[in-house]
Amino acid sequence: MAEIRFEHVRKTFGKVVATNDVSLTVRDREFMVLLGPSGCGKTTLLRCLAGLEQVDAGRIHIGGHDVTHLPPRKRRIAMVFQSYAVFPHLTVYDNIAFGLRMQRKPKAEVEKRVRDAAELLQIADLLQRYPAQVSGGQRQRVAVARAIAVQAEVLLMDEPLSNLDALLRLEMRADLKRLLKELNATVIYVTHDQVEALSLGDRIAVMKDGVILQCDTPLRVYDFPASRFVGGFIGNPPMNFLVGQVTDDGRRVRVGEVTFTPPAPVQAALRQAGRPDVWLGIRAENIQATTSATENALAGVVLVAEPLGSHNLLTVQVGEERLKVNTRADAAFQPGQALWLHLAEDKIRWLDPASTMALAGSA
Amino acid sequence: MNAPAWSRRVARAGVYALAVLMALWVLLPIYLLGVASFSPQLGVYQYPKPFFPQPFSVETMAFFLKAHGVVRAAQSSVVVAVITIGLATVVGAPAGYAIARFAFRGRDAFRVLVVSTRAFPIVILSIPLAVTFINWGIYDSVYSLALMHTALALPFTILITSSVFASVPKDLEEAAMTLGCSRLGALLRVSLPLALPGLAAATLFTFVLSWNEVFAAVILTVTNRTLPALVLTQLNESPLPYRFAGGFFMLAPSLVFMLFIRRYLFNLWGRVVK
Repeated sequence: MAEIRFEHVRKTFGKVVATNDVSLTVRDREFMVLLGPSGCGKTTLLRCLAGLEQVDAGRIHIGGHDVTHLPPRKRRIAMVFQSYAVFPHLTVYDNIAFGLRMQRKPKAEVEKRVRDAAELLQIADLLQRYPAQVSGGQRQRVAVARAIAVQAEVLLMDEPLSNLDALLRLEMRADLKRLLKELNATVIYVTHDQVEALSLGDRIAVMKDGVILQCDTPLRVYDFPASRFVGGFIGNPPMNFLVGQVTDDGRRVRVGEVTFTPPAPVQAALRQAGRPDVWLGIRAENIQATTSATENALAGVVLVAEPLGSHNLLTVQVGEERLKVNTRADAAFQPGQALWLHLAEDKIRWLDPASTMALAGSA
Repeated sequence: MNAPAWSRRVARAGVYALAVLMALWVLLPIYLLGVASFSPQLGVYQYPKPFFPQPFSVETMAFFLKAHGVVRAAQSSVVVAVITIGLATVVGAPAGYAIARFAFRGRDAFRVLVVSTRAFPIVILSIPLAVTFINWGIYDSVYSLALMHTALALPFTILITSSVFASVPKDLEEAAMTLGCSRLGALLRVSLPLALPGLAAATLFTFVLSWNEVFAAVILTVTNRTLPALVLTQLNESPLPYRFAGGFFMLAPSLVFMLFIRRYLFNLWGRVVK
């Protein structure tokens, strides 16, 4: 059992607050992704968990034990570094065996576990080489093999794929996902790549400025971002945001000529907030573009049409704002063409412009 | 061939020509010294100087080595250098590691302070130093001279080792720590092996510094002279073959060691240790 609990963890570097009062519970055998832009504190949080940084305040528990002040070697974790940190003076074999030898495992067991880890990562034929003699992608595999060979209950990964080229990253991502499912370890994975986060995580914790903004499953984070930042950071293209006028005491919201009816809990929240305006968040794929005017559709003009193979991405000017809209690959929209956009009402995310946070009960 | 490539070639040729000239400036006298040292004693008076020993002979060298006190002085020199290496490494390498790894308050000031100790002219320090050594009863001893050499070598040892340790990525130590090492264990198992060539270079540098150091050796010893001190005091009253052979004998170890260090000074971590 290796549940991980951060309790009010705070870490500062001089005057810079890296993580501010972060609390997070990662369930046993869960794959948790820490996602955020650079400087958001995600790597610091991971390093605090590894014991490579000492927290200023708060506590960290692994598997029910308070490890806040334990050195890294007593935390029973394994870690993959962004730079791989493969030891250049040791062969691939000795690199993978390093942790096992530190645990004084018998020679036969070291041998077996090194071979197993190397097999899993398809580097068994490189064992006698030195790191300088293998490619960057292989070195990355050595780093992962070294971490999984010790069979720690907690595996920490700090942007492990960010130094690989695009094609290799795609391949390694799928390999990692398969591999980590078999391991039964609790994994915390740090990345700034939202695609990686969506594809790998059981849950994603989105961080910004040293705090966790939202922690939920990839689908929920994608469909129901907790704030404008989360909606804009996750997804490609980012979520669209429209300003709507609140009318009829919160029962109706007008955007241009179109009137929307928010769900009941949002109506209540709008009434309570008493603001004249509200933000509507909507994903590009939840907007339908048509060439003829239909009821309750926003009129717009195509600015840019980008064919992306599987679909076309349109940038559409609607009033003051620009929206990203997905259309079918065979829909031939031209720049300058007028079109009408129909928003899937059940996919609209309602946000408070003052706090930029989603309104309570917003679907 | 187009014009820029041509001018690049000329510039390159110029650089090489200059380098060759500078090398000859230094190497030619050393070479002639070597030739004279391995010629018969009368050969050193020859003019123009021959470019090869004619005939080859160890007579001159043997004459120098058999001169009174030379072997004993050479032994003293080695003893002083070895003790200096030991002390400077034991004291300097940890300091270098600390400067490389830990961001402590006043680190930069400390670094400057270390270098600035070399700003004191040893000529001014020499009399107080000699007086102090006499008062403490450690005057005229190879061991106390080694102390002095350690003080002279330490700034270099600290700076060289700190740059050596700084070139070992911190990630490697951290990785070792997550794999079961203590901080000290990570240093011993990962950083030290990787730093070893650089540390060896620092050690050789210390050796050369001590082997060639003459001023403190002359001031602080009378009977237990090191080789440079002995040669220096006997230079004016000794025959030419003695001077040639002595000069070459003093020079040779420095040359050889510098040849070794050179590789590491130029290309410390360009390639991974095989």
